[in-house]
Amino acid sequence: MVQNAEVSGNINSNGIEHKKTELSRSNHNLVTVKNLKKYFPFTKGSLFNRKKGQIKAVDDLSFNIRKGETLGVVGESGCGKSTTGRAILHLEKPTAGEIVIDGVDVTRLTREELRCMRPQIQMIFQDSYASLNPRHAIGHIISEPMMIHTDMKQSAMKERVMELLELVGLNPNHYGRFPHEFSGGQRQRINIARALSLNPKFVVCDEPISALDVSIQAQVINLFQDLQKELGLTYLFIAHDLSMVQHISDRVAVMYLGKIMELTTRERLFNTPLHPYTQALMSAIPIPDPVKERQRQRILLNEEVPSPANPPNGCVFNTRCPVAEEICTRSAPEYREIETGHFVVCHKVDAL
Amino acid sequence: MAKILEVNDLITRFYTFDGVVHALSGVSFDLDEGETLGIVGESGSGKSVTMMSLLHLLPTPPARIEGGKALFYSNRNEQNNNTDPVDLLQLDKSGIRKIRGGKIGFIFQDALSALNPVMTIGRQISETLIEHLGMTVDEAKKRSIELLEYVGIPEAEKRFSAYPHQFSGGMRQRTMIAVAIACNPEIIIADEPTTALDVTVQAQIIELVQRLKKEMKMSVIWITHDLGVVAGMADRVLVMYAGSAVEIAPVDDLFYNPGHPYTIKLLGALPKIGEEGQHRLESIDGTPPDLLSPPAHCQFAWRCPHAAEKCWQAVPAAREISPGHHAACFFDFAARRP
Ligand SMILES: Nc1ncnc2c1ncn2[C@@H]1O[C@H](COP(=O)(O)OP(=O)(O)O)[C@@H](O)[C@H]1O
Ligand SMILES: Nc1ncnc2c1ncn2[C@@H]1O[C@H](COP(=O)(O)OP(=O)(O)O)[C@@H](O)[C@H]1O
Ligand code: SF4
Ligand SMILES: [Mg+2]
Ligand SMILES: [Mg+2]
Repeated sequence: MVQNAEVSGNINSNGIEHKKTELSRSNHNLVTVKNLKKYFPFTKGSLFNRKKGQIKAVDDLSFNIRKGETLGVVGESGCGKSTTGRAILHLEKPTAGEIVIDGVDVTRLTREELRCMRPQIQMIFQDSYASLNPRHAIGHIISEPMMIHTDMKQSAMKERVMELLELVGLNPNHYGRFPHEFSGGQRQRINIARALSLNPKFVVCDEPISALDVSIQAQVINLFQDLQKELGLTYLFIAHDLSMVQHISDRVAVMYLGKIMELTTRERLFNTPLHPYTQALMSAIPIPDPVKERQRQRILLNEEVPSPANPPNGCVFNTRCPVAEEICTRSAPEYREIETGHFVVCHKVDAL
Repeated sequence: MAKILEVNDLITRFYTFDGVVHALSGVSFDLDEGETLGIVGESGSGKSVTMMSLLHLLPTPPARIEGGKALFYSNRNEQNNNTDPVDLLQLDKSGIRKIRGGKIGFIFQDALSALNPVMTIGRQISETLIEHLGMTVDEAKKRSIELLEYVGIPEAEKRFSAYPHQFSGGMRQRTMIAVAIACNPEIIIADEPTTALDVTVQAQIIELVQRLKKEMKMSVIWITHDLGVVAGMADRVLVMYAGSAVEIAPVDDLFYNPGHPYTIKLLGALPKIGEEGQHRLESIDGTPPDLLSPPAHCQFAWRCPHAAEKCWQAVPAAREISPGHHAACFFDFAARRP
């Protein structure tokens, strides 16, 4: 199915050359995020007694993503997963922090430089239908990025569209059809084709399979994995389906109220989670195995998730944490590397 | 065990501008007293239409129930002690209104749109009590607060006068559950009640329903697309595909010895938790058939790896392949397994 394995680097088989941003490859981390913050201002109170506040949607994240790797991001809704993805792609201007993609600190780029950088970083969203213009044929939709970022000729673009359709497992001759003529899974493939049209290096996938049925999810996940192998893609994979995240990711970050609570390899995270929040999350995943389900002990957390506009003092998790102690309400735990590559933010982890 | 609900050959169609949608093509299952039946299937397979057909919740037109029976063996019958079943499908408007929200409670996925946004939480529960049990306003208020406490809503007395938007998703779903159990029902039907919730909240809601089911001696029909949820809470599982019941079995049989190729493929498409190394998911190529023109052969034939000549010639009927285990396939794949 995947044919153009030779497509990689800056020039693809059609000879599209990305408008230049000279990139130096400093290390094998494709993406490095340091102290990333994204606060949204808001006002509350009555008309005459307005108070200004801030929603700390993303609060001081640091991590890196290696070239060719998939980093999964999980956590309850509202914990800042999408904001993280959007801030990294500069769809949302970060409040503070550094985002280095392939050696370039994108937070310091001018608008024009950023525009040139765009083709290399792409995003795929959950809602495959909303992100496709229903009035345009899919061939047009897939070629849009090429129209904006390249000076390719019509015929070259059409050829590339057909190549992409084939790449994502759709019939290349269907480029003239409209989005409503495709199923949910097929529309997500169209989104993927568009995201790949300019040979990105890095793709942020925000809940890309959440709206799909199980059997179709498997098709799309397999496609993501095939494309990664063929094209050497690097993914930030955001999802609330923990079992799918553990399936596709090399490493996983667990977020809570805008912060990373734990980050490690998928095997370690799912087999020996250290953070009390991760442990609770893992224990809540339904497992399609009746005997295992009957033997499980669930850690039930209370449902009252604090507002990111007013996060708890100390450890942000302390109001729901089953093992919290006095210190947790007073001081915020540090982001510590407990073992090589295993980061945890919790006062009690050594003792756990 | 005694049956409490018996659905036979339910056929529901929608008459639309585009044509006739064959939403249910003869669905049969039963529910035992005190059991939890899980109904799983992909979107569009007919899970919601099944439940809504039973409770007369479908818009007519375009919906038409064109066949079948749904026998409800109520045994908390106040008026008389007869155990003659009633056929839910034959009831008139007032007949079904007595049962729906009374002896049969229901919970939807989307609590926010199921609850009235401009009515307090308390009033919504009270109304059910007043309508079905003839309580006075004061009695209903007292009982509503008890119910809110019972389903785990803290500070129930204060929350009685709150509005739905002031509640979190989990609390709204608890409120729906309070409404559903208000009249001490014999059956609770829950249609994807946790799909919109985080896993942590889902675990709470499942725990709650399991507890209520035991304490109130109810039977539960739990509709979901999540096989993991079903594995954890169902006694038996019904698998639906394109408007048909393709397999029904005790939960262990279904997961460890599935008989229908669709169930087998579906289980293979799920990621395994805690697996070492990277496996490839089994994918089911293609998509379900268009219900506007369902094929006159096995609905799954196009996607089935085992489709043989006869699969393209007739619709397979459900057969009992081992005690209590039925599959609608010409072959028995459960028996082939060592
Ligand atoms: N544009 C925005 N303006 C104000 N608040 C926002 C905006 N985008 C997100 N938020 C808030 O930031 C928090 C994190 O949101 P989000 O990143 O979407 O979470 P997730 O993707 O994990 O569900 C939430 O509390 C959300 O309400
Ligand atoms: N009001 C309606 N008009 C026409 N078709 C409908 C209507 N409601 C449901 N359907 C069709 O009935 C089939 C079964 O739907 P549903 O029971 O909602 O599926 P599920 O709950 O399993 O996702 C689908 O093909 C759906 O499109
Ligand atoms: S720091 Fe304290 S409150 Fe936070 S997760 Fe660890 S034990 Fe729980
Ligand atoms: Mg999100
Ligand atoms: Mg439904």
